[in-house]
Amino acid sequence: MCIIRKTAHEFSYGFPMHCNGIEYKNMKLREIQDILDASLIIGEAHLDREVHTCGASDLMSDILARLAEDCVFLTGLTTVHAVRTAAISGVGAVVFVRNKIPPEDVIAMAKEEEIPLFTSPYSMFVSCGRLHAKGLTGLNGDR
Amino acid sequence: MPDILFEKSFQINKKDFVHAGEASISAKNLLKSLQMDAGMIRRASICAYEGEMNVVMHGGEGHLALAIEKNRIILEISDNGPGIADTEMAMKKGFSTASDKFRELGFGAGMGLPNMKKNADEFELSSRLGEGTRVRMAFFTDAAV
Ligand SMILES: Nc1ncnc2c1ncn2[C@@H]1O[C@H](COP(=O)(O)OP(=O)(O)OP(=O)(O)O)[C@@H](O)[C@H]1O
Ligand SMILES: [Mg+2]
Repeated sequence: MCIIRKTAHEFSYGFPMHCNGIEYKNMKLREIQDILDASLIIGEAHLDREVHTCGASDLMSDILARLAEDCVFLTGLTTVHAVRTAAISGVGAVVFVRNKIPPEDVIAMAKEEEIPLFTSPYSMFVSCGRLHAKGLTGLNGDR
Repeated sequence: MPDILFEKSFQINKKDFVHAGEASISAKNLLKSLQMDAGMIRRASICAYEGEMNVVMHGGEGHLALAIEKNRIILEISDNGPGIADTEMAMKKGFSTASDKFRELGFGAGMGLPNMKKNADEFELSSRLGEGTRVRMAFFTDAAV
């Protein structure tokens, strides 16, 4: 039997707060939709929801291992796990890049979890560039 | 011993990738309905999900068990799969034995166990080859620390 225990000095109580002197630009989902020329797939009722940061990845651990709460999550993966990962991490909205549209069951799950889904014609690179240009920061507040 | 307010166990089905994560979503919704501390719910949900995905990707038949106390959540994820040959190695960031299939689906970065350790206030991984794996974690309310 092999056991690993966390030692006292490794304890971390919660996440660091966003407080490193950076002005965080909050953005409404309808602004993001506009900036990305995106179409809404589902989530009409939440267009006034605000997001604070942006995370872009096709790797689920990039979202899970970072402070993704209330972010907009850009991805090229339209799997059920992209949306489950978003739900678990508390992301504010998911944007699928390059006109990708997820299957029906994925849309149904997003509806249930109240996560708005968008699809943007732009690539991941261009989508990120457009949001960055309008002042959005990365998940850790970097610009 | 603090009083346990609530205990709940969810089944995790072997190799059922399509439904993998559902137990964690149910656990998260349960914690929310009990109006537990939001920060604690977030950390526990992420750990539950990482653990559940591990059971489905690498483990066997498994369970996700929650014991909820007033200011504390105990989360245990166990399975009867192949076990982990080298737990020290498995804990290293970037170590993964995930297949290409899982990598294409956005998993297998070798970040799950380190992330669980980071988010939990107490973390214990135990495994025996051929018998299975168990991760036991505890979370305290952000207010309590
Ligand atoms: N329940 C388990 N049963 C058997 N092996 C496991 C189990 N959990 C983890 N492992 C082993 O430990 C390794 C590291 O796990 P970890 O969660 O850190 O990364 P991963 O699952 O491979 O990738 P990621 O979590 O980033 O998607 C796994 O690749 C696997 O070899
Ligand atoms: Mg994992």
